[in-house]
Amino acid sequence: MEAFFQQLVNGIAWGGIYALIALGYTMVYGVLKLINFAHGEVYMMGAMSGYYSARWLGLSERPGAASLLAALGIAMAFCAALGAAIERVAYRPLRRAPRLAPLITAIGVSLFFQNAGQLVFGADPKVAPQLLETREVLRFGEVGVTNLQLVILGVASALCVALTFVVQRTRVGRAMRAVAFDRETAALMGVPIDRVIAFTFALGSALAAAAGILVSLSNPKVDPLMGLMPGLKAFVAAVLGGIGSLPGAMLGGVLMGIAETLVAGYLSSTYRDAIAFVILIVILVLRPAGLLGHAAKEKV
Amino acid sequence: MKLRDVSRARLAGITPGVVLGLALALFACGGGGDRNVIKVGEFASLTGNTATFGQSSHKGSVLAFEEVNQAGGLLGKKVELESEDDQSKPEEARTAVLKLIRQDGAVAILGEVASSRSLAAAPEAQRAHVPMVSPASTNPQVTQVGDYIFRACFIDPVQGGTMARFAYQDLGVRRAAVLVDVKNDYSVGLADFFVKTFQQLGGQVVARESYSEGDIEFRAQLTKIRETDPQAIFVPGYYTEVGLIAQQARELGITVPLLGGDGWDSPVTLQIGKDAVNGAYFSNHYAADDPSERVQGFITKFRQRWEGETPDAMAVLGYDAARMLADAIQRAGSTDPQKIRDALAATKDFPGVSGNITMDAERNARKPVVILKIEDGKVHFVKALEP
Repeated sequence: MEAFFQQLVNGIAWGGIYALIALGYTMVYGVLKLINFAHGEVYMMGAMSGYYSARWLGLSERPGAASLLAALGIAMAFCAALGAAIERVAYRPLRRAPRLAPLITAIGVSLFFQNAGQLVFGADPKVAPQLLETREVLRFGEVGVTNLQLVILGVASALCVALTFVVQRTRVGRAMRAVAFDRETAALMGVPIDRVIAFTFALGSALAAAAGILVSLSNPKVDPLMGLMPGLKAFVAAVLGGIGSLPGAMLGGVLMGIAETLVAGYLSSTYRDAIAFVILIVILVLRPAGLLGHAAKEKV
Repeated sequence: MKLRDVSRARLAGITPGVVLGLALALFACGGGGDRNVIKVGEFASLTGNTATFGQSSHKGSVLAFEEVNQAGGLLGKKVELESEDDQSKPEEARTAVLKLIRQDGAVAILGEVASSRSLAAAPEAQRAHVPMVSPASTNPQVTQVGDYIFRACFIDPVQGGTMARFAYQDLGVRRAAVLVDVKNDYSVGLADFFVKTFQQLGGQVVARESYSEGDIEFRAQLTKIRETDPQAIFVPGYYTEVGLIAQQARELGITVPLLGGDGWDSPVTLQIGKDAVNGAYFSNHYAADDPSERVQGFITKFRQRWEGETPDAMAVLGYDAARMLADAIQRAGSTDPQKIRDALAATKDFPGVSGNITMDAERNARKPVVILKIEDGKVHFVKALEP
């Protein structure tokens, strides 16, 4: 039984990462009806920018909360700009094109970053600098929780709360919801569509960057192809929770992390990647709107 | 390039003789027709997931052929090493070997370190009847591809079995767990022979868990292993994952020693693993702190050539494989691939840096296995075990 709880702790921490990536998917889908397949690569760029900024600023020599926050800040700012730039260059020109065109473009952007990443950063994996010493901070019997796992959960929850606040309580959040609800009408009411969409991309990309930093804390290996699998799985997590729904993305991410850990722990690690797609198929057959998705009322 | 040159020559109305000469020169570049050079091909993982393997073996081979050329070359000719990067991918390895054979006209091929990539490429060398010498692929299947495939290292049954004997006899381990990379022929082979030997000795394998190359999260499998309370965990993986596995194991409170194979031999194991890999043992082909003249002399030469870098086992094997091939070409007295093959097969007591090499009937090198221990972020020689 204790092993089960340990697996649960492992799974929830792992799922926090998926949740952060899934939020970006779901937000972009909410406002644009576009599945941004390049989102996994933004996550990779987040981890990479954390790696390089930590090296150039010498953050790894002073591990601690300040260094972690600095790396998080830099990576999130960088990826927010990157996300907005991707939207401007790749998706905005296709705003009036059939829906398939931006989708294929998204796959193209994803491939571009994977291969450009190998060219610029090199294909060999890099060791992410240690921004925080690993320590076990909580213990219940045999079940241990490390500070890294708490940091992952803490940062992920804090960002989720902040995001919900932005979407529900601010002017730009209201604009985002308006665009999600009906883009045409929102435009007629004077909502600056392009700026709102760019802001959505920036916000989602910043969250992906945070996930990139968090993953390189607990699993310190970064490489240009690291975004591929987590990107796909976070997409499944977003669908599981109900694509377009923010609480759904968080729930879907955490459930996905738990499912993967339990499968690897009790069946075989060989099925770890398969479980995500089994979940995708089952949810599409049984409840296509996802766990928390309703018929298109509360989106973004 | 080729076409443009020729058509320009025609336009200028140059005599047919010049055109013919030009075409011949181009042919010589592409077809390996230069008679004063012996072309040896090499495919290695110069980039990608296991880039340090390829870079190290490449440096060893380059050093070996430079020495051969300084000493007058082979059969009165210079040796030229054509290197291809396979980016640590099996499909690229196959393409690289095809290019080396068909375009560069290599008389023999060196490579690869990783068994899965050697296995992907070996059938092409065998089909073309060009001898291929793998410096460090330890999976038995590699040389079973055919009679043109050789290796300069021991094989997994020897390595996995030796580690099992060491764990049982020297460390007193009776309950062992295994964590294996299921996507990797090398890792699966090592695990199989470890389990077999360990059980024959009377030990108990309490858990056998798996992961896939490229994974970064191992806590689920390690939590499961922790439940079975083993006295040692055998992790026959490659260095990128091993460091992460060690860290996550320590984080979960697993303190028993980790055991591994020659796939651990890279500075990256220590960079990622840090304190977590202290106390771990792994088997290897050579130890840098082995006091013998042959080893220390090689280290000095290698450091001079490569800016003070200390050679790892892959560099030593890359060097040994190249020297062994050069020795075979010399003894064959010809660059005919079949004669080189016969000479390689007859290799006996060749004095390699990693020990005396004799080819057995299955074209595997027979030589001792070295056991190393990681302590305080450094690798120390423990003992050498005869197979």
